Amino acid sequence: MSVSSLRNPPPFLDGEDQEPEYDTRDLDSDDGEDIFTGRSNKPFTPTPPETDPPTDIFSEEGYTVQTPIKHPSLHTNILEPKFNGIQSDEELDLFAEATVELTLTTPNSQGRKEVCPTGPHFSILNAHSSLRMPDTSNKTMEELEEEEHGDTFELNIAVTNPEKMGDGMNAFMTYKVSTQTSLPAFRSKTFSVRRRFSDFLGLYEKLLVKQSLMGCIIPPPPQKSVVGMTKVKVGKEDPSSADFVEKRRAALERYLQRVVVHPALLQDPDVQEFLEKEELPRAVNTQALSGSGFLKMINKASDAVNKMTIKMNESDNWFESKLQEVENEEQLLRRLHASFDSLVNHRKELCSSTAMFAKSVAMLGSSEENSALSRALSQLAEVEDKLEQLQQEQAFSDFFIFTELLADYVRLLGAVRGCFEQRVKAWQRWQEAQSTLQKKREAEAKLLWANKPDKLQQAKDDITEWEAKVGQSERDFERISSTLRKEVHRFEKEKCRDFRHHIVKYLESLHRTQHRVSDEAGGRRRGGRHPVDLLIDSLLFSCSW
Amino acid sequence: MTSISQDGDRDKLRSVSVDLNNDTPLLIDIPDALCERDKVKFTIHTKTTLNSFQKPDFSVSRQHEDFIWLHDTLVETEDYAGLIIPPVPPKPDFESPREKMHKLGEGEATMTKEEYTKMKQELEAEYLAVFKKTVQVHEIFLQRLSSHPAFSKDRNFQIFLEYDQDLSVRRKNAKEMFGGFFKNMVKSADEVLISGVKEVDEFFEQEKTFLLDYFGKIKDATAKAEKMTRSHKNLADDYIHISATLTTIAADDNEAFKSKACISNVCVCVQKLEARVASDQELKLTELFRYYMRDIQAAKDLLYRRARALADYENSNKALDKARLKSKDVGQAEEHQQQCLQKFDKLSESGKKELTSFKARRVVAFRKNLIEMAELEIKHAKSNMSLLHACIEQLQSN
Repeated sequence: MSVSSLRNPPPFLDGEDQEPEYDTRDLDSDDGEDIFTGRSNKPFTPTPPETDPPTDIFSEEGYTVQTPIKHPSLHTNILEPKFNGIQSDEELDLFAEATVELTLTTPNSQGRKEVCPTGPHFSILNAHSSLRMPDTSNKTMEELEEEEHGDTFELNIAVTNPEKMGDGMNAFMTYKVSTQTSLPAFRSKTFSVRRRFSDFLGLYEKLLVKQSLMGCIIPPPPQKSVVGMTKVKVGKEDPSSADFVEKRRAALERYLQRVVVHPALLQDPDVQEFLEKEELPRAVNTQALSGSGFLKMINKASDAVNKMTIKMNESDNWFESKLQEVENEEQLLRRLHASFDSLVNHRKELCSSTAMFAKSVAMLGSSEENSALSRALSQLAEVEDKLEQLQQEQAFSDFFIFTELLADYVRLLGAVRGCFEQRVKAWQRWQEAQSTLQKKREAEAKLLWANKPDKLQQAKDDITEWEAKVGQSERDFERISSTLRKEVHRFEKEKCRDFRHHIVKYLESLHRTQHRVSDEAGGRRRGGRHPVDLLIDSLLFSCSW
Repeated sequence: MTSISQDGDRDKLRSVSVDLNNDTPLLIDIPDALCERDKVKFTIHTKTTLNSFQKPDFSVSRQHEDFIWLHDTLVETEDYAGLIIPPVPPKPDFESPREKMHKLGEGEATMTKEEYTKMKQELEAEYLAVFKKTVQVHEIFLQRLSSHPAFSKDRNFQIFLEYDQDLSVRRKNAKEMFGGFFKNMVKSADEVLISGVKEVDEFFEQEKTFLLDYFGKIKDATAKAEKMTRSHKNLADDYIHISATLTTIAADDNEAFKSKACISNVCVCVQKLEARVASDQELKLTELFRYYMRDIQAAKDLLYRRARALADYENSNKALDKARLKSKDVGQAEEHQQQCLQKFDKLSESGKKELTSFKARRVVAFRKNLIEMAELEIKHAKSNMSLLHACIEQLQSN
């Protein structure tokens, strides 16, 4: 089976209209454009292997996406020839884009200025696609515009602008999902829709049903949180609910970005519909207390039981070792996440205690009779105050950069494990089909021996039917196995990149904080040493800040 | 048993409160201290040119209770009523590191080996820091006594420094403890009453209001500073955990190995720095505040004694008048009145001197410490910065 089989579109339950597509795509694949087989899940970097590695990791800004190049939308097949033509341009553009300038600090410094609940906005998830994550909506468009280069295909998504609709217990938050793309699959270049949380969950459910059979790893959405939402609904304008909304917004954005980065998922009409369509039907089956909710719980329980009882005859060691690795990693990431959590908490504690300290030192300074010392003390108070703010910023960045990432990855690894389980299930089905076939054959043999011609025909029909099923399930299994392999590879590469990127970001933020601390302390020292210039210094100081 | 010898740190802390131990007649230091289970034994070394001592150079071993005894006798001496008696050093408190060590031992199973050893190291460092601190505080107490013209001649002080054998100070038994407690209560009630007494001298009036106010504020500031340094320490501890986990991950995951290893190293260093920042902060700022809080308390005590003397004087005046009216015991009352007056005058005079010098000392100490703390913070921040910068470069080049 060549590359083309791997680029099968997600199997719809009505598989009829896919046949023609296979053929046309086979033609395409012969062009030998393995470079753009985004969905074949070879990691993207090798396109121009020699130029990529150095700039790859950090080419957030200008790197263009090549994911959906060769994937004609399932609804509009006409686009194929167009793609072919554009491919060569792609190549050129790709090389052009490979040498990308990089200013690590720019997006950060833009974002840094606001220490408000919309929080730092650390953007990119990976270098595949230049998906930005600007936080305030007024920055969205202009930053997105920076990204557009000529003929390249891009997809930028941002989730912004949470708004509360409705009242009381029926209230809900909607988020604006803005897309900017040059993909021909979509009707327009830029568009935005409003979506609510259950819509996101609904999308996930749909994808799960379809894609998991293929062995794709589907990024899980952020979790439902009854407590948080209730607070928001009740309408208390306290910072914790603003925090919660902000967390959720960021998580949703990351979720969507991961979804569209995945070449197979981007093709999915559900995803496209999600991004484009004005009004989605309300996804009621995601509600906690609904019929489908219960159904899901029951399914989960039965799955757990199954896991324990079925032992798969693993023919391929790779899968087993990989699964083990995944599980270990999940454990470790969980622990790391917990440590980071406590780090964030402690930093917040430090913030508050520094604030209190600053206040009490200010009071001390005010009651101090020696005027020079008094000024020095009140300066100390100011400095401590600023330090506290710095600490708080640091806490935010700690949180947003790293902790959330870790949590996401823990969930993603869970999804990976789910895929492995799917594979096991496929294997099971195959085995079952085989055994049924066996039984049918035995039945046929018995009938032959007993010489009952009328039933014989039926038996033969049964056999053919089951043979087909066996063949089908075997193919399924194979397909899942190979897709899973590639998916896991892709996932790992992505994860690697992701982590590195975030680590650097985190270190930078630490670096910046330290820089500021040294500035502050420098100011204070000046103040402490020259009592005569104290006043001047403090004035200068406050101006410069 | 842990033993510790002093180093240059001594000088730094010495300048916290006292910058005059250059009186060659009497030089005291604590070069050594032993910690035996619960007790700390200080070795006090004295070098002197005074004749009142038997030898010019000698050492004795003392315990914390002996210091308390010395302080109490000084307080009870009438003659020193007009002086600020240096505050007694606080009891060596190993409770908090001990508790933490205990908790660490309990949680050992959940941590990796390196993590455990690192945490243990941290705790040991903390233990050591507490130990050092307590030695310094005791030393300062003695040095202040020795540099004060009146105290250095005190007989009890000399006994304390010289007496070869164990002082075997009788611990306060229950009755005396209770008596002490009761006395404190009476004193505080007294203070309230006496604050109503009209103050004749402008200087003392000012001082009183200032000191009372300042005391409250500095107590507050001390508490907050303590909390701050504690959270800072917690932060540093977290970094240990993180770095340990990262190392484990890095060991498993070969691809991202280098970057993960790099960041775990960074975390370790960051942690060290943060811990150092926290401890410096504590040393300079918190200790400063704490010490001055106690000192101000001592100054307040002086004022109290003076006010008490004033009240006595006024009472004796009244008694004198009454006696004159009744024409009985006039001589006695007069004598009593004279005594009170004398006492009061003496107190006022020495009190003024003491308080002025106290003020000057305090300002100098504050300034010095604040400057030092700021400088240390800058130093740490800069080194932190360069470390992070190096790591970022390394990651980028990978």
